Amino acid sequence: MSDMHFNSGHTACSGCGQSLGARLVLEAAGKNTIIANNTGCLEVFSTKYPQSSWGVPWIHSLFENAAAVASGIESALKYLGKKDSVNVIAQAGDGGTADIGLQALSGMLERGHDILYVCYDNEAYMNTGIQRSGLTPFDSNTTTSPPGSHSMGNIRPKKPMPEIALAHGIPYVATASVAFVKDLQRKVKKAISIKGPKYIQIHVPCPLGWRHQPNLTVPVSRAAIECGLYPIIEYEFGKLIAVQRIRQKPVEEYLKLQGRFKHLMKNPDEIKKIQDIADNNIEKYGLRLESQ
Amino acid sequence: MFGPLVVKPGSSKKNKTGSWRIETRPKYLQKECIACKLCVAICPEGCVAGGEKNTYHCDYDYCKGCGLCAFICPKKDIEMVKEGSKE
Amino acid sequence: MKQFFEGSHAVAETIRLCKPGVISAYPITPQTHIVEDLAKIVADGRLNSQFVNVESEHSAASVVLGGVAAGVRSYTATSSQGLLLMAEVIFNIAGMRLPLVLTCANRSVSAPINIWNDQQDSVSLRDAGWIQLYAENIQEAVDFHIIGYRIAEDKSMMLPVMVCMDGFILTHGIETVDMPTQEQVDKFLPPYKALYKLDVDDPVTLGALVDPESYMETRFAIHKTHEEALSLIPKIAADFSKSFGRTYNGLIEKYRLDDADRVIVAMGSVCGTIKDVIDELRSKGKKVGLLKVTSYRPFPAAAICDALKDVSKVAVLEKALSLGALMPLATEIKSAFFGRKKSPKVISSFVAGLGGRDITKQSVKDVFRLLTAKELDGEFIDLKPELLKENYE
Repeated sequence: MSDMHFNSGHTACSGCGQSLGARLVLEAAGKNTIIANNTGCLEVFSTKYPQSSWGVPWIHSLFENAAAVASGIESALKYLGKKDSVNVIAQAGDGGTADIGLQALSGMLERGHDILYVCYDNEAYMNTGIQRSGLTPFDSNTTTSPPGSHSMGNIRPKKPMPEIALAHGIPYVATASVAFVKDLQRKVKKAISIKGPKYIQIHVPCPLGWRHQPNLTVPVSRAAIECGLYPIIEYEFGKLIAVQRIRQKPVEEYLKLQGRFKHLMKNPDEIKKIQDIADNNIEKYGLRLESQ
Repeated sequence: MFGPLVVKPGSSKKNKTGSWRIETRPKYLQKECIACKLCVAICPEGCVAGGEKNTYHCDYDYCKGCGLCAFICPKKDIEMVKEGSKE
Repeated sequence: MKQFFEGSHAVAETIRLCKPGVISAYPITPQTHIVEDLAKIVADGRLNSQFVNVESEHSAASVVLGGVAAGVRSYTATSSQGLLLMAEVIFNIAGMRLPLVLTCANRSVSAPINIWNDQQDSVSLRDAGWIQLYAENIQEAVDFHIIGYRIAEDKSMMLPVMVCMDGFILTHGIETVDMPTQEQVDKFLPPYKALYKLDVDDPVTLGALVDPESYMETRFAIHKTHEEALSLIPKIAADFSKSFGRTYNGLIEKYRLDDADRVIVAMGSVCGTIKDVIDELRSKGKKVGLLKVTSYRPFPAAAICDALKDVSKVAVLEKALSLGALMPLATEIKSAFFGRKKSPKVISSFVAGLGGRDITKQSVKDVFRLLTAKELDGEFIDLKPELLKENYE
């Protein structure tokens, strides 16, 4: 109601972190924005013919090519001499970014296009029914990484996408969360003020896939940050310029809120492994508040 | 000859997702409100609006009843009430 | 002005005259010379265009999709595996009704890997919704790109056009070409005006999810537009003739068909060899002819049937297969005649030139020799039986 860039009436699940994230991003980017969207939940719930939630020019082509389509749009705007007045955003979910769309994204980053790429990370292929992606966390229960007598769930930790983006030598890389709206919107505004390729990865809870109540979208995403499992970091021109420091809470506080980790609750050994991942993050990025 | 290709911007407003609410809906008490706008920012539907203190409300045509606004309100000035209960 | 041109160079210079604002490509033999020349043309400031070097053909097709969706004329070229890697995007571009022109430097498809010419790549994508025009020589390749943009961007079409030219034979061959002038092209091909585009001043949503309630109509509309293209293509070709002085039908070409009793049907550069053989055989009194199919999509079934209805024996000679079935072009020609009152007594199907094997004059003569009362379904010309004796048991 307050803005007309991303409109009500979309068919996202109640409490959807991705719909919230997408609205916040576009609100920050403003009217003069063109979006290329990969296939995924966001595309499906926002553009079911004959309706669209988007108030800005928006295009969906395929699952893996938003970064390349956006490259074409940006090139066309350059040709028309309009690039300075129009923002181009390519956006996708975690699967569309870290798995099937990684090549197109890498090409876009390497070529230096003036595009903001936004990854809405809900940590699995939610649109197709909660299958494991390269950004699914360790031990998470998805429909293709189910725990069983021979498995504790997803066997690998998250692919380090922010570092992969950073390795391309791009001017801006950040993570954000829907739990911290102002920080998220500040980062989007900062990103679009910088020329060149930018990458922002936003943690967006999925009540359906993570199996938590819709009203817990904010506390769950906040808990991910507070335990160290989702570091909120910001790189400018290759340098880590800011992190969100935390008074670390045990990972169990985060895991217990979600059905996807329920199978771990009586397994301290597995929880220890996840605690190690969080501890490593805290060391790596200097997240501990006390260390200031 | 063309079939469906181009969709008008913002046309999803025709889709009244308020009918999705099953159990609860937010009640904006408009008593302790400090106009912090957190409820506006956090709504996944983008259906909360207001200006001055104690003027915030949601559009029940679209509200899916997720309860994020009630959770985020620092003044506990939004409460989730049973769907169908009186104002 | 007539000059000697390498095919790729001629196409690159033609694309310059068409003024695309976005060009994107990924290198693949035998397409490379086209995009190398375009890169140099842009680098030299002879064309104001964004030349985007991408990391794959999938992205090349996606970049030009984005370019034209933003309202700017765009261009790409590819071949073989590159076209197949693009396949998903190729379908998408037609489905979104985005008017692009793509050059396919026709090449065989792996495996085995082979970089030489046949037409399996573009024929495999015949159902994608693109208009496909096959050039016989470099002059046609030049002209079909200009005609291609006119067809693609016509308000009633908004469909992509693939100009198919045989790899190496045409891309690397050198012929005398009458290169159009910028004035001629500008007059024939007005600047692209999009019917719908990504524009912040008039926002639209493109590529929405379409459910069973509306999907079929979108596909039906593309199919019907192809039917409309059957009448539009000859009109645009006639318009081209007026401006450039070279006459095309755009759908088919009849060569010495009038009293012919034996006719070969073919697409692309092999038609040149066939014409030479026909001239030779005609001088010996043989009533032979050629029907060249220029437009494979839309498929000009009525025009083909009309041209061949009085011919006794037809040989369909093609450079692509539908493995496990009758050959693709032969299938369509046979089906076009089904139920018609007047049709050839024999329609035999021949395959030649796969993976770059030369189709010589003798090969063509062999086709005429084998075109008898006995109908042949997929006869391979110049096959080497000795190579089929490999045994891995």
